[in-house]
Amino acid sequence: MSHSVLIVEDEPNIVLSVKFLMEGSGFDVRVASDGNSALKEIKQAPPNIILLDVMLPDRDGYSVCEAIKANSDWQDIRILMLTAKGRDLDREKGLALGADDYITKPFSTRELVARVVEVSKELAVSYSHGT
Amino acid sequence: MLSAWFVILASFGYIGLLFAIAYYGDKRADAGRGIINNPYIYSLSIAVYATSWTFYGSVGRAAADGLIFITIYLGPTLMFVAWWFLLQKILRICKTNGITSIADFIASRYGKSTAIGSLVTLIAVVGITPYISLQLKALSTSLTVLLEYPEIVMPSAEIGLPVVSVTAFIVAMAMAVFAILFGTRHLDPSEHHEGVVAAIAFESIVKLIAFVAVGLFVTFGLYDGFGDLFMKAAAKPELQKLFAISPSSDYAQWVTLTILSMAAILCLPRQFHITIVENVGTDHLSKAVWMFPLYLLLINIFVLPIAVGGLLQFPAGNVDPDTFVLTLPMSTKNEGLALLAYIGGLSAATGMAIISAIALSTMICNEVLMPALLRMDSLRLNERGDLTTLVLNLRRFSSVFVMLLSYGYFVFIGESYTLVTIGLLSFAAAAQFAPAIIGGIFWKGATAHGAFVGLGLGFIVWIYTLLLPSFALSGWMPQSFIAEGPFGIELLKPYEFLGLTGMDNISHSLFWSMVVNIGSYIWVSVYTEQSAIERIQAALFVDAEKFSGTTGRSNLWQGSAAVDDLRDLLYRFVGSYRTEQAFKDHARIRGLDLDVLMAVDAEFVAVAERLLAGAIGSASARVLVASVVKGDIVSLDEVLQILDETSEVIEYSHRLEQKSNELEIASDNLRKANEQLQELDRLKDDFLSTISHELRTPLTSIRSFGEILFDKPEIDLSQRKQFLSVIISESERLTRLINQILDLAKMEAGSMDWEMSEVDAREAIEEALVAMSSLMADKSIALDLKLPDNLPHVFADRDRLIQVIVNLLSNAVKFCGGPEPVVRIAAEIDGDTVLVRVADNGPGVPDGVEDIIFEKFQQVGNPLTSKPRGTGLGLPISRQIVEHFGGKIWFEKADGGADFRFTLPFTRNFQIAE
Repeated sequence: MSHSVLIVEDEPNIVLSVKFLMEGSGFDVRVASDGNSALKEIKQAPPNIILLDVMLPDRDGYSVCEAIKANSDWQDIRILMLTAKGRDLDREKGLALGADDYITKPFSTRELVARVVEVSKELAVSYSHGT
Repeated sequence: MLSAWFVILASFGYIGLLFAIAYYGDKRADAGRGIINNPYIYSLSIAVYATSWTFYGSVGRAAADGLIFITIYLGPTLMFVAWWFLLQKILRICKTNGITSIADFIASRYGKSTAIGSLVTLIAVVGITPYISLQLKALSTSLTVLLEYPEIVMPSAEIGLPVVSVTAFIVAMAMAVFAILFGTRHLDPSEHHEGVVAAIAFESIVKLIAFVAVGLFVTFGLYDGFGDLFMKAAAKPELQKLFAISPSSDYAQWVTLTILSMAAILCLPRQFHITIVENVGTDHLSKAVWMFPLYLLLINIFVLPIAVGGLLQFPAGNVDPDTFVLTLPMSTKNEGLALLAYIGGLSAATGMAIISAIALSTMICNEVLMPALLRMDSLRLNERGDLTTLVLNLRRFSSVFVMLLSYGYFVFIGESYTLVTIGLLSFAAAAQFAPAIIGGIFWKGATAHGAFVGLGLGFIVWIYTLLLPSFALSGWMPQSFIAEGPFGIELLKPYEFLGLTGMDNISHSLFWSMVVNIGSYIWVSVYTEQSAIERIQAALFVDAEKFSGTTGRSNLWQGSAAVDDLRDLLYRFVGSYRTEQAFKDHARIRGLDLDVLMAVDAEFVAVAERLLAGAIGSASARVLVASVVKGDIVSLDEVLQILDETSEVIEYSHRLEQKSNELEIASDNLRKANEQLQELDRLKDDFLSTISHELRTPLTSIRSFGEILFDKPEIDLSQRKQFLSVIISESERLTRLINQILDLAKMEAGSMDWEMSEVDAREAIEEALVAMSSLMADKSIALDLKLPDNLPHVFADRDRLIQVIVNLLSNAVKFCGGPEPVVRIAAEIDGDTVLVRVADNGPGVPDGVEDIIFEKFQQVGNPLTSKPRGTGLGLPISRQIVEHFGGKIWFEKADGGADFRFTLPFTRNFQIAE
């Protein structure tokens, strides 16, 4: 089965490239352009993986991450933060809030794909163990 | 009951009690538990000021002249209440320099001069002798009167003299013995006589109680309170004058006497001795400044009632008012009170006599006899062993001498005067010290010559205008001396010198002696040079605060002395125990090892000299120390150098203080600057973080699509084109951003290259519109353009002006909305500027961000759509540009939509009329 990926990103050109890459790797892709619509999408159908931008127009990626982690139904969702904020401080903040990985823009497309695939495999293993 | 033997027994019983108290006081002091170390005893001991003059004489004066007696207590009160700082300074100087007497003080100030010390001693002895004899006179008079009890008979020369003079002689000798026993027990470097002070304090209590008791008896026993007493007195016309200051004559005398008594509390040798020398705690003065005046107030309350009571009781005038205190209780057969009054008078007299004898004998010994003996080479005094006994014997001899002299004056002269007149004579003599003392502690320039001449001439004038006339009045000189002047020269009449009339004798003498004393003191001081030692001493006294508690760098000695020589010298005068104690203390402070020390330096010598000075006075000490010190007394040049160094050090410390203040201010400024820097650092951090984000975003797209196109050559052509166009547009965005950042940085740094010229604003607007037209057409935005034809030229950089308009237009395009989006542009003349407006019908500028939208990277998001496109640098750059052109940019709150405006000044030569 293919895992679903939700891209939360307000820059249309970045959405375009990431969507292309994820679809090319066989994921189900959905897109949200700000924090609130992202949460709406998750409520409708929780994705397996979220690629979350930090600088969003309404609420920032950190608060979206927090909201997801606070909901017990969404504990299985894996979050990768994608951000142009490159400082160590920002990275630590993201990881402390429960993000599974943190990727700095501009990123290598191969690395992005590899990391998402990695997370996806971990998911498959944990499901097969019934956890 | 008041038989002769009983009265005599009571007198000697009382004196025996004094001996017991003094003995006890000394024993306690020896045991290290002195009883006088408190401000109350100190204040009471200062009340030795109240003598038999106060006890008997004040009443006499009040009976004759009314209130003027109070001046004698007004002066000391003023001194203690208002001028206490003077006493404090003198006290500090004396403690620092080990001063032993008023003569030592003055001599020490003027270069430890033996001549001045001797002169002061001479003036003191000659001036104070009548005062002591006054005590003997009061004592013998009171005794004679009391012995006649129950009759009230005034002593007359014929009947009283033999008995009285014998009694007076015995009392005088008893006082001398007291002074010897307790004043010269041992040589004490601090010159403290605790037993004596304790006895004097006790005497002050006794005389106060006795006087107040008589006062209460007269006021409430003989009469029915103050009201009754004064009512009865007011009924008698001859008594009325006592309650008023008669306006015509008395004012000058009031002033004179107040000044005189002010000087006396400072300059009388016994007051100086008890207030300054015997002081054991400098902080005691702070209590004495009110307790001593309080004592004076208490002892004066009943003076006028007793005087008035006496005048009413003895209307015949056959009773001397000086004896009212005694005769009033006698007249009502009140034996106990009469005896108490007599004992009170006895205590007042003995207290004064004892302290005066101690003070004068110390001066005679230290300032006159010792220096003289030490200079007699034939005696080889320097080479003799223990000299303590010699010094003590000299003092003992001096005490007896002083008392004998006083007794002599009493026998031969004293009878013809009232108590007050004799007292004032002594006050006037003591007042001669005041200029040298006060000048000496405030005026560094005062010289020994000046002090010597001032004191000497003042003393001579005093002799001529007061002492010689007193001899004449006593029959020792022809009376014509007073009436016609010497050799019949009118101008030289002692009471009307140079024709000065209209003054009482005391005011007259004080006037002339002070004119001569102060005048010559200042004049000679100005025209004479100070010796090296004078310079040092002047600095020590005037700048007492600086040198307090230390000998400082103002040492007189240079070179060194052998420890053993110095030790031997001190052993002879202050004993081995005190010498070793002082040596050990000083060695400890300096970190010296006495066991291996062979020679000591100047500072050590100064300590030794001070110790010695305490025992035998500074003048003698100087002579003795000079004999063991190898090396000279410093020269004037060296003194000047030392003083300069001292003042340099002071100056340096002032500068240091100033520097430290400056540093404090500087560090405060630095702290503020640091805070600003930290704030700037935070802003810079935010700025970099924002720039980083703005740069990374287009880069992300460019890199991603670049890698995609590289990795996947198989993707179809239309998609490839799409991806490539993203790369191109994001590259353009990146370029624009970098250009804007660079522009802003240049503008802020002031290194922008501006191409300023006359620009047609209308053309610039039209050009900007052309650049934006395709974008506006894409979004179907309507344009509302209002450009007048005759817009004047402005002075600007054309490209930058277009950049501003494009910035504003792109903002307007970005934000305008609704079903009919519209952008409005207008230009008009406003004063001497062209006003350009760019408005849209979007959501407008939200509240609360008005102030920040012209700041860097402060983008305002459009809540309806999404995050705004743009760098956030457009408005800040526009503001920099407009302000460079001399205009300003702002926005107006409009109904619906933003309304940005900016102005551009006309070029200078434009005329609207054209």
